[in-house]
Amino acid sequence: MIHVVLHDAKDTVAVAVVEGIQAGTDLTAWIMDEDRTISVKAVQEIPIGHKVALKNMAVGDTVYKYGVDIGKVVAPIQAGEHAHVHNIKTKRW
Amino acid sequence: MPVIDKNTTFRGYRRDNGRVGVRNHVLILPLDDLSNAACEAVATAIKGTMAIPHPYGRLQFGPDLDLHFRTLIGAGSNPNVAAVVVIGIEDGWTKKVVDGIAKTGKPVIGFGIEGHGDHETIMRASQAAKKFVQYATGLHRVECPISDLWVSTKCGESDTTSGCGANPTVGNAFDKLHPLGTTLVFGETSEITGGEHIVAARCANDKVRDEFMSMFNRYQAMIDRWKTTDLSESQPTKGNIAGGLTTIEEKALGNIQKIGKKCTVDGVIDKGEEPTHPGLWFMDSSSAAAEMVTLCAASGFAVHFFPTGQGNVIGNPIVPVIKLCANPRTVRLMGEHMDVDCSGLLQRELTLDQTGDKLLECMMATINGQWTAAEALGHREFVLTRIHESA
Repeated sequence: MIHVVLHDAKDTVAVAVVEGIQAGTDLTAWIMDEDRTISVKAVQEIPIGHKVALKNMAVGDTVYKYGVDIGKVVAPIQAGEHAHVHNIKTKRW
Repeated sequence: MPVIDKNTTFRGYRRDNGRVGVRNHVLILPLDDLSNAACEAVATAIKGTMAIPHPYGRLQFGPDLDLHFRTLIGAGSNPNVAAVVVIGIEDGWTKKVVDGIAKTGKPVIGFGIEGHGDHETIMRASQAAKKFVQYATGLHRVECPISDLWVSTKCGESDTTSGCGANPTVGNAFDKLHPLGTTLVFGETSEITGGEHIVAARCANDKVRDEFMSMFNRYQAMIDRWKTTDLSESQPTKGNIAGGLTTIEEKALGNIQKIGKKCTVDGVIDKGEEPTHPGLWFMDSSSAAAEMVTLCAASGFAVHFFPTGQGNVIGNPIVPVIKLCANPRTVRLMGEHMDVDCSGLLQRELTLDQTGDKLLECMMATINGQWTAAEALGHREFVLTRIHESA
Protein backbone atom coordinates (compact mmCIF):
# COMPACT_ATOMS: atom_id res chain seq x y z
CA MET A 1 0.00 0.00 0.00
CA ILE A 2 1.20 3.52 -0.88
CA HIS A 3 0.81 5.81 2.15
CA VAL A 4 2.48 8.95 0.85
CA VAL A 5 3.71 10.20 -2.54
CA LEU A 6 6.47 12.55 -3.61
CA HIS A 7 7.26 13.79 -7.08
CA ASP A 8 11.03 14.08 -7.13
CA ALA A 9 13.76 12.28 -5.16
CA LYS A 10 14.99 15.75 -4.06
CA ASP A 11 11.66 16.47 -2.26
CA THR A 12 11.84 16.98 1.51
CA VAL A 13 8.11 16.44 2.09
CA ALA A 14 5.60 13.84 0.86
CA VAL A 15 1.78 13.88 0.60
CA ALA A 16 -0.50 11.45 2.50
CA VAL A 17 -2.83 9.71 0.03
CA VAL A 18 -4.64 7.45 2.50
CA GLU A 19 -6.82 8.29 5.48
CA GLY A 20 -5.93 7.37 9.06
CA ILE A 21 -2.13 7.72 9.24
CA GLN A 22 -1.29 7.69 12.98
CA ALA A 23 1.93 8.37 14.92
CA GLY A 24 4.13 5.27 14.69
CA THR A 25 2.87 4.14 11.26
CA ASP A 26 5.64 2.92 8.97
CA LEU A 27 4.93 4.69 5.70
CA THR A 28 5.68 3.51 2.17
CA ALA A 29 6.53 6.59 0.11
CA TRP A 30 6.25 6.40 -3.69
CA ILE A 31 8.63 8.61 -5.69
CA MET A 32 6.37 9.15 -8.72
CA ASP A 33 9.00 10.46 -11.16
CA GLU A 34 11.28 7.45 -10.55
CA ASP A 35 8.57 4.85 -9.78
CA ARG A 36 10.34 3.49 -6.69
CA THR A 37 9.49 3.52 -2.99
CA ILE A 38 11.27 4.60 0.19
CA SER A 39 10.22 4.33 3.86
CA VAL A 40 9.62 6.86 6.62
CA LYS A 41 7.98 6.50 10.06
CA ALA A 42 5.20 8.95 10.92
CA VAL A 43 5.78 10.48 14.37
CA GLN A 44 2.51 12.45 14.29
CA GLU A 45 -0.95 11.97 12.82
CA ILE A 46 -0.93 12.98 9.09
CA PRO A 47 -4.40 13.73 7.64
CA ILE A 48 -5.01 12.71 4.03
CA GLY A 49 -3.64 15.35 1.66
CA HIS A 50 -1.30 16.76 4.29
CA LYS A 51 2.47 16.47 4.20
CA VAL A 52 4.98 14.45 6.22
CA ALA A 53 8.58 15.66 6.52
CA LEU A 54 11.11 13.23 5.02
CA LYS A 55 14.13 14.75 6.82
CA ASN A 56 15.01 16.98 9.73
CA MET A 57 14.81 20.67 8.76
CA ALA A 58 15.97 23.83 10.58
CA VAL A 59 14.44 27.30 10.57
CA GLY A 60 15.32 29.05 7.31
CA ASP A 61 15.79 25.84 5.31
CA THR A 62 14.13 25.64 1.90
CA VAL A 63 11.36 23.06 1.52
CA TYR A 64 11.35 21.09 -1.76
CA LYS A 65 8.37 19.52 -3.54
CA TYR A 66 8.15 18.74 -7.27
CA GLY A 67 11.95 19.17 -6.95
CA VAL A 68 11.29 22.93 -6.60
CA ASP A 69 11.38 25.50 -3.73
CA ILE A 70 7.89 25.73 -2.16
CA GLY A 71 8.80 27.94 0.83
CA LYS A 72 10.88 28.24 3.99
CA VAL A 73 10.89 26.50 7.37
CA VAL A 74 9.68 28.81 10.18
CA ALA A 75 9.74 26.27 13.08
CA PRO A 76 12.04 23.24 13.39
CA ILE A 77 10.69 20.07 11.73
CA GLN A 78 11.76 16.48 12.49
CA ALA A 79 11.48 13.68 9.93
CA GLY A 80 8.07 12.03 10.24
CA GLU A 81 6.35 15.17 11.57
CA HIS A 82 3.36 16.96 10.05
CA ALA A 83 4.67 19.72 7.75
CA HIS A 84 2.18 22.52 7.14
CA VAL A 85 1.32 26.19 7.79
CA HIS A 86 2.55 25.98 11.42
CA ASN A 87 6.14 25.31 10.34
CA ILE A 88 6.37 26.37 6.64
CA LYS A 89 5.65 29.77 5.01
CA THR A 90 5.81 31.22 1.50
CA LYS A 91 8.90 33.17 0.43
CA ARG A 92 6.66 35.38 -1.77
CA TRP A 93 4.27 38.18 -0.95
CA MET B 1 -4.89 2.10 -29.08
CA PRO B 2 -5.12 5.84 -28.36
CA VAL B 3 -8.51 7.33 -27.40
CA ILE B 4 -7.96 10.16 -29.90
CA ASP B 5 -5.76 10.64 -32.95
CA LYS B 6 -5.72 12.94 -35.97
CA ASN B 7 -8.58 10.97 -37.59
CA THR B 8 -10.89 11.32 -34.58
CA THR B 9 -14.18 13.09 -35.24
CA PHE B 10 -17.08 14.20 -33.07
CA ARG B 11 -20.60 15.38 -33.75
CA GLY B 12 -20.95 19.09 -33.10
CA TYR B 13 -22.93 22.13 -34.21
CA ARG B 14 -21.05 24.00 -36.95
CA ARG B 15 -21.96 27.70 -36.80
CA ASP B 16 -22.04 30.19 -39.67
CA ASN B 17 -18.58 31.52 -38.73
CA GLY B 18 -17.06 28.03 -38.97
CA ARG B 19 -16.62 27.47 -35.23
CA VAL B 20 -17.99 24.22 -33.74
CA GLY B 21 -20.14 24.02 -30.62
CA VAL B 22 -20.95 21.01 -28.46
CA ARG B 23 -24.20 22.45 -27.06
CA ASN B 24 -27.04 24.34 -28.71
CA HIS B 25 -28.20 26.95 -26.20
CA VAL B 26 -30.67 29.78 -26.77
CA LEU B 27 -29.45 32.46 -24.36
CA ILE B 28 -31.49 35.21 -22.76
CA LEU B 29 -28.62 37.56 -21.93
CA PRO B 30 -28.98 40.54 -19.57
CA LEU B 31 -26.83 43.56 -20.36
CA ASP B 32 -27.07 44.67 -16.73
CA ASP B 33 -28.36 43.80 -13.27
CA LEU B 34 -31.66 45.63 -13.88
CA SER B 35 -32.55 43.33 -16.77
CA ASN B 36 -32.17 40.04 -14.90
CA ALA B 37 -35.86 39.89 -13.94
CA ALA B 38 -37.11 40.31 -17.52
CA CYS B 39 -34.59 37.75 -18.80
CA GLU B 40 -35.65 35.22 -16.18
CA ALA B 41 -39.31 35.82 -17.04
CA VAL B 42 -38.63 35.13 -20.73
CA ALA B 43 -36.67 31.96 -19.85
CA THR B 44 -39.60 30.80 -17.71
CA ALA B 45 -42.14 31.46 -20.47
CA ILE B 46 -40.23 30.01 -23.42
CA LYS B 47 -39.05 26.40 -23.04
CA GLY B 48 -35.53 25.54 -24.16
CA THR B 49 -34.07 28.96 -23.33
CA MET B 50 -31.66 29.90 -20.56
CA ALA B 51 -31.24 33.22 -18.75
CA ILE B 52 -27.79 33.95 -17.34
CA PRO B 53 -28.28 36.63 -14.66
CA HIS B 54 -25.32 38.62 -13.30
CA PRO B 55 -24.90 41.67 -11.03
CA TYR B 56 -23.07 44.23 -13.26
CA GLY B 57 -23.31 46.50 -16.29
CA ARG B 58 -24.08 49.95 -14.89
CA LEU B 59 -21.74 52.95 -14.70
CA GLN B 60 -18.70 50.91 -15.62
CA PHE B 61 -16.05 52.67 -17.70
CA GLY B 62 -12.62 52.28 -19.27
CA PRO B 63 -10.92 48.86 -19.26
CA ASP B 64 -13.56 47.52 -16.84
CA LEU B 65 -16.37 48.40 -19.27
CA ASP B 66 -14.39 47.00 -22.22
CA LEU B 67 -14.08 43.71 -20.36
CA HIS B 68 -17.82 43.73 -19.52
CA PHE B 69 -18.71 44.06 -23.21
CA ARG B 70 -16.04 41.54 -24.25
CA THR B 71 -17.36 38.98 -21.78
CA LEU B 72 -21.04 39.38 -22.76
CA ILE B 73 -20.32 39.49 -26.50
CA GLY B 74 -17.97 36.51 -26.09
CA ALA B 75 -20.57 34.54 -24.15
CA GLY B 76 -23.18 35.15 -26.85
CA SER B 77 -20.67 34.42 -29.62
CA ASN B 78 -19.54 31.10 -28.07
CA PRO B 79 -20.21 28.29 -30.58
CA ASN B 80 -22.19 26.39 -27.91
CA VAL B 81 -24.84 29.12 -28.36
CA ALA B 82 -27.27 28.94 -31.29
CA ALA B 83 -29.10 32.24 -30.82
CA VAL B 84 -29.30 35.12 -28.32
CA VAL B 85 -31.91 37.53 -26.97
CA VAL B 86 -30.23 40.49 -25.23
CA ILE B 87 -32.19 42.65 -22.79
CA GLY B 88 -30.80 45.88 -21.30
CA ILE B 89 -32.22 48.82 -19.40
CA GLU B 90 -31.41 51.15 -22.33
CA ASP B 91 -30.94 50.70 -26.06
CA GLY B 92 -27.38 51.99 -26.67
CA TRP B 93 -25.29 49.48 -24.75
CA THR B 94 -27.82 46.73 -25.58
CA LYS B 95 -27.22 47.38 -29.29
CA LYS B 96 -23.45 47.28 -28.75
CA VAL B 97 -23.71 43.69 -27.41
CA VAL B 98 -26.18 42.67 -30.15
CA ASP B 99 -23.87 44.06 -32.87
CA GLY B 100 -20.89 42.24 -31.37
CA ILE B 101 -22.68 38.88 -31.34
CA ALA B 102 -24.17 39.47 -34.82
CA LYS B 103 -20.65 39.31 -36.31
CA THR B 104 -20.82 35.52 -35.84
CA GLY B 105 -23.83 35.36 -38.19
CA LYS B 106 -26.07 33.75 -35.57
CA PRO B 107 -29.60 35.07 -34.86
CA VAL B 108 -29.49 37.79 -32.17
CA ILE B 109 -31.89 40.57 -31.19
CA GLY B 110 -31.93 43.16 -28.40
CA PHE B 111 -34.62 44.90 -26.36
CA GLY B 112 -34.33 48.02 -24.16
CA ILE B 113 -36.65 48.25 -21.17
CA GLU B 114 -36.80 52.07 -20.80
CA GLY B 115 -40.01 53.50 -22.24
CA HIS B 116 -41.62 50.05 -22.42
CA GLY B 117 -41.49 48.50 -18.95
CA ASP B 118 -40.99 44.86 -18.05
CA HIS B 119 -44.37 43.57 -19.32
CA GLU B 120 -44.03 44.81 -22.88
CA THR B 121 -40.32 43.91 -23.02
CA ILE B 122 -40.97 40.37 -21.77
CA MET B 123 -43.74 39.94 -24.33
CA ARG B 124 -41.67 41.14 -27.28
CA ALA B 125 -38.54 39.26 -26.14
CA SER B 126 -40.59 36.08 -25.63
CA GLN B 127 -41.94 36.29 -29.18
CA ALA B 128 -38.36 36.48 -30.49
CA ALA B 129 -37.13 33.75 -28.13
CA LYS B 130 -39.83 31.35 -29.29
CA LYS B 131 -38.71 31.76 -32.90
CA PHE B 132 -35.06 31.26 -31.88
CA VAL B 133 -35.87 28.01 -30.02
CA GLN B 134 -37.63 26.65 -33.10
CA TYR B 135 -34.64 27.71 -35.22
CA ALA B 136 -32.13 26.11 -32.83
CA THR B 137 -34.00 22.84 -32.45
CA GLY B 138 -34.01 22.52 -36.23
CA LEU B 139 -30.19 22.46 -36.31
CA HIS B 140 -28.39 19.12 -36.35
CA ARG B 141 -25.03 17.87 -35.18
CA VAL B 142 -22.58 17.17 -38.00
CA GLU B 143 -19.31 15.26 -38.10
CA CYS B 144 -16.34 17.50 -37.26
CA PRO B 145 -12.58 16.82 -37.01
CA ILE B 146 -11.08 16.87 -33.51
CA SER B 147 -8.99 19.89 -34.62
CA ASP B 148 -12.21 21.96 -34.43
CA LEU B 149 -12.37 21.45 -30.66
CA TRP B 150 -11.43 24.19 -28.18
CA VAL B 151 -10.70 22.95 -24.62
CA SER B 152 -10.07 25.09 -21.53
CA THR B 153 -8.82 24.16 -18.07
CA LYS B 154 -8.80 25.64 -14.59
CA CYS B 155 -8.69 23.83 -11.24
CA GLY B 156 -10.45 24.65 -7.98
CA GLU B 157 -10.74 23.76 -4.30
CA SER B 158 -7.35 22.23 -4.93
CA ASP B 159 -5.48 20.16 -2.42
CA THR B 160 -2.24 18.25 -2.60
CA THR B 161 -3.91 15.42 -4.54
CA SER B 162 -4.66 17.92 -7.32
CA GLY B 163 -0.96 18.36 -8.01
CA CYS B 164 -0.21 14.63 -7.74
CA GLY B 165 -3.24 13.27 -9.59
CA ALA B 166 -6.04 15.32 -11.15
CA ASN B 167 -3.91 18.15 -12.59
CA PRO B 168 -1.27 15.85 -14.19
CA THR B 169 -4.22 13.90 -15.68
CA VAL B 170 -5.33 17.08 -17.46
CA GLY B 171 -1.69 17.59 -18.47
CA ASN B 172 -1.58 14.11 -19.98
CA ALA B 173 -4.80 14.81 -21.92
CA PHE B 174 -3.44 18.21 -23.09
CA ASP B 175 -0.22 16.52 -24.26
CA LYS B 176 -2.41 14.23 -26.39
CA LEU B 177 -4.72 17.01 -27.66
CA HIS B 178 -2.01 19.56 -28.52
CA PRO B 179 -0.47 17.72 -31.52
CA LEU B 180 -3.95 17.23 -33.08
CA GLY B 181 -4.42 20.92 -33.91
CA THR B 182 -6.87 21.66 -31.09
CA THR B 183 -7.03 25.03 -29.33
CA LEU B 184 -6.30 24.90 -25.59
CA VAL B 185 -6.10 27.45 -22.76
CA PHE B 186 -4.96 27.71 -19.15
CA GLY B 187 -4.55 30.79 -16.94
CA GLU B 188 -4.87 31.72 -13.24
CA THR B 189 -2.04 34.26 -13.23
CA SER B 190 -1.59 34.46 -9.43
CA GLU B 191 -1.49 30.67 -9.20
CA ILE B 192 1.64 30.51 -11.33
CA THR B 193 3.59 32.20 -8.48
CA GLY B 194 6.65 30.09 -7.74
CA GLY B 195 6.42 28.21 -11.02
CA GLU B 196 6.64 31.15 -13.45
CA HIS B 197 10.13 30.03 -14.54
CA ILE B 198 8.67 26.65 -15.56
CA VAL B 199 5.89 28.23 -17.68
CA ALA B 200 8.39 30.71 -19.17
CA ALA B 201 10.66 27.82 -20.17
CA ARG B 202 7.72 26.14 -21.96
CA CYS B 203 6.87 29.22 -24.07
CA ALA B 204 7.26 28.54 -27.79
CA ASN B 205 9.44 31.60 -28.46
CA ASP B 206 10.86 34.75 -26.87
CA LYS B 207 7.92 36.92 -27.92
CA VAL B 208 5.41 34.68 -26.11
CA ARG B 209 7.80 34.42 -23.13
CA ASP B 210 8.11 38.21 -22.84
CA GLU B 211 4.34 38.67 -23.09
CA PHE B 212 3.74 35.96 -20.47
CA MET B 213 6.28 37.44 -18.03
CA SER B 214 4.85 40.92 -18.51
CA MET B 215 1.35 39.64 -17.61
CA PHE B 216 2.76 37.70 -14.64
CA ASN B 217 4.71 40.71 -13.33
CA ARG B 218 1.71 43.03 -13.75
CA TYR B 219 -0.43 40.67 -11.65
CA GLN B 220 2.27 40.44 -8.95
CA ALA B 221 2.39 44.26 -8.81
CA MET B 222 -1.42 44.33 -8.43
CA ILE B 223 -1.20 41.91 -5.50
CA ASP B 224 1.64 43.92 -3.92
CA ARG B 225 -0.48 47.08 -4.24
CA TRP B 226 -3.52 45.69 -2.43
CA LYS B 227 -2.21 43.05 -0.05
CA THR B 228 -2.39 43.58 3.71
CA THR B 229 -0.88 40.20 4.66
CA ASP B 230 1.05 37.39 2.95
CA LEU B 231 -2.36 36.40 1.46
CA SER B 232 -2.65 33.43 3.80
CA GLU B 233 -6.29 32.28 3.60
CA SER B 234 -6.79 33.88 0.14
CA GLN B 235 -3.93 32.17 -1.72
CA PRO B 236 -3.90 29.36 -0.67
CA THR B 237 -7.55 29.46 0.44
CA LYS B 238 -8.86 28.09 3.73
CA GLY B 239 -10.11 25.09 1.76
CA ASN B 240 -6.69 24.57 0.15
CA ILE B 241 -5.03 24.70 3.59
CA ALA B 242 -7.57 22.28 5.07
CA GLY B 243 -6.65 19.99 2.17
CA GLY B 244 -2.96 20.17 3.04
CA LEU B 245 -1.62 22.87 0.71
CA THR B 246 0.77 25.13 2.62
CA THR B 247 2.16 27.87 0.35
CA ILE B 248 1.29 29.62 -2.91
CA GLU B 249 4.41 28.10 -4.47
CA GLU B 250 3.20 24.57 -3.64
CA LYS B 251 -0.26 25.37 -5.02
CA ALA B 252 1.21 26.91 -8.19
CA LEU B 253 3.52 23.98 -8.89
CA GLY B 254 0.49 21.71 -8.62
CA ASN B 255 -1.56 24.05 -10.82
CA ILE B 256 0.91 24.04 -13.71
CA GLN B 257 0.85 20.25 -13.90
CA LYS B 258 -2.25 20.94 -16.07
CA ILE B 259 -0.06 21.95 -19.03
CA GLY B 260 1.50 18.52 -19.16
CA LYS B 261 5.09 17.65 -19.94
CA LYS B 262 5.30 18.30 -23.66
CA CYS B 263 2.95 21.00 -24.98
CA THR B 264 4.43 24.41 -25.68
CA VAL B 265 2.74 27.65 -24.66
CA ASP B 266 2.02 29.07 -28.10
CA GLY B 267 0.42 32.41 -27.30
CA VAL B 268 -1.07 34.67 -24.63
CA ILE B 269 -4.45 36.40 -24.48
CA ASP B 270 -6.01 38.96 -22.18
CA LYS B 271 -9.26 38.14 -20.33
CA GLY B 272 -12.01 36.94 -22.67
CA GLU B 273 -10.00 37.49 -25.86
CA GLU B 274 -10.25 34.94 -28.65
CA PRO B 275 -7.19 32.89 -29.67
CA THR B 276 -6.15 33.45 -33.28
CA HIS B 277 -4.61 30.04 -34.04
CA PRO B 278 -4.52 26.48 -32.64
CA GLY B 279 -2.18 25.53 -29.80
CA LEU B 280 -1.95 26.12 -26.04
CA TRP B 281 -2.72 29.67 -24.87
CA PHE B 282 -2.13 31.37 -21.54
CA MET B 283 -4.95 33.72 -20.47
CA ASP B 284 -4.12 36.46 -17.95
CA SER B 285 -6.97 35.81 -15.55
CA SER B 286 -8.31 35.56 -12.05
CA SER B 287 -7.82 32.25 -10.23
CA ALA B 288 -11.39 32.35 -8.86
CA ALA B 289 -13.14 29.35 -10.41
CA ALA B 290 -16.37 30.83 -11.79
CA GLU B 291 -14.62 33.99 -13.05
CA MET B 292 -12.03 31.99 -14.96
CA VAL B 293 -14.48 29.47 -16.46
CA THR B 294 -16.75 32.37 -17.52
CA LEU B 295 -13.75 34.04 -19.23
CA CYS B 296 -12.98 30.75 -21.02
CA ALA B 297 -16.58 30.71 -22.29
CA ALA B 298 -16.18 34.32 -23.44
CA SER B 299 -12.98 33.40 -25.30
CA GLY B 300 -14.93 30.80 -27.28
CA PHE B 301 -13.92 27.53 -25.59
CA ALA B 302 -16.42 24.69 -25.99
CA VAL B 303 -15.60 22.25 -23.17
CA HIS B 304 -13.75 22.62 -19.86
CA PHE B 305 -11.54 20.32 -17.74
CA PHE B 306 -11.90 21.16 -14.03
CA PRO B 307 -9.69 19.16 -11.64
CA THR B 308 -10.53 19.44 -7.94
CA GLY B 309 -9.16 18.04 -4.71
CA GLN B 310 -11.45 19.08 -1.86
CA GLY B 311 -14.52 19.14 -4.11
CA ASN B 312 -15.48 22.30 -6.04
CA VAL B 313 -19.04 21.91 -7.41
CA ILE B 314 -18.80 24.49 -10.23
CA GLY B 315 -20.56 24.45 -13.59
CA ASN B 316 -21.10 27.02 -16.33
CA PRO B 317 -24.24 27.88 -18.31
CA ILE B 318 -22.49 27.84 -21.69
CA VAL B 319 -19.60 25.41 -21.40
CA PRO B 320 -19.90 21.82 -20.09
CA VAL B 321 -17.51 21.51 -17.13
CA ILE B 322 -15.94 18.04 -16.72
CA LYS B 323 -14.78 17.54 -13.12
CA LEU B 324 -12.06 15.10 -12.13
CA CYS B 325 -10.66 14.23 -8.72
CA ALA B 326 -7.84 12.09 -7.32
CA ASN B 327 -8.70 12.46 -3.62
CA PRO B 328 -10.40 9.17 -2.60
CA ARG B 329 -12.13 10.87 0.35
CA THR B 330 -13.69 13.56 -1.87
CA VAL B 331 -14.74 10.99 -4.48
CA ARG B 332 -16.43 9.02 -1.68
CA LEU B 333 -18.14 12.00 -0.03
CA MET B 334 -19.03 14.07 -3.14
CA GLY B 335 -19.19 11.47 -5.90
CA GLU B 336 -22.24 12.99 -7.56
CA HIS B 337 -20.12 15.97 -8.69
CA MET B 338 -17.28 13.98 -10.24
CA ASP B 339 -17.17 12.90 -13.88
CA VAL B 340 -13.77 11.19 -13.76
CA ASP B 341 -12.33 9.38 -10.71
CA CYS B 342 -8.52 9.50 -10.84
CA SER B 343 -7.94 8.27 -7.28
CA GLY B 344 -6.49 4.95 -8.47
CA LEU B 345 -3.50 6.94 -9.69
CA LEU B 346 -2.25 7.62 -6.16
CA GLN B 347 -2.29 3.91 -5.26
CA ARG B 348 -0.37 2.97 -8.44
CA GLU B 349 -3.50 1.12 -9.64
CA LEU B 350 -3.73 3.40 -12.70
CA THR B 351 -1.01 5.15 -14.69
CA LEU B 352 -1.16 8.79 -15.74
CA ASP B 353 -1.56 7.58 -19.31
CA GLN B 354 -4.67 5.63 -18.23
CA THR B 355 -6.28 8.47 -16.25
CA GLY B 356 -5.52 10.84 -19.15
CA ASP B 357 -7.36 8.42 -21.45
CA LYS B 358 -10.29 8.18 -18.98
CA LEU B 359 -10.59 11.97 -19.13
CA LEU B 360 -10.45 11.96 -22.94
CA GLU B 361 -13.13 9.23 -23.08
CA CYS B 362 -15.34 11.41 -20.87
CA MET B 363 -14.54 14.43 -23.07
CA MET B 364 -15.58 12.53 -26.22
CA ALA B 365 -18.89 11.48 -24.62
CA THR B 366 -19.48 15.05 -23.43
CA ILE B 367 -18.75 16.77 -26.74
CA ASN B 368 -21.00 14.28 -28.53
CA GLY B 369 -23.86 15.32 -26.26
CA GLN B 370 -23.77 13.52 -22.91
CA TRP B 371 -24.36 15.88 -19.98
CA THR B 372 -21.71 16.37 -17.30
CA ALA B 373 -22.48 16.04 -13.59
CA ALA B 374 -22.56 19.84 -13.30
CA GLU B 375 -25.09 20.14 -16.14
CA ALA B 376 -27.35 17.47 -14.64
CA LEU B 377 -27.10 19.15 -11.22
CA GLY B 378 -27.97 22.56 -12.71
CA HIS B 379 -24.71 24.39 -11.94
CA ARG B 380 -24.70 27.53 -14.10
CA GLU B 381 -22.23 29.86 -12.40
CA PHE B 382 -21.80 32.92 -14.63
CA VAL B 383 -19.46 35.40 -12.93
CA LEU B 384 -18.08 38.53 -14.55
CA THR B 385 -14.56 39.70 -13.70
CA ARG B 386 -14.31 43.36 -12.63
CA ILE B 387 -11.09 45.30 -13.06
CA HIS B 388 -11.85 48.53 -11.16
CA GLU B 389 -14.55 50.62 -9.44
CA SER B 390 -17.59 52.01 -11.26
CA ALA B 391 -17.86 55.70 -12.11
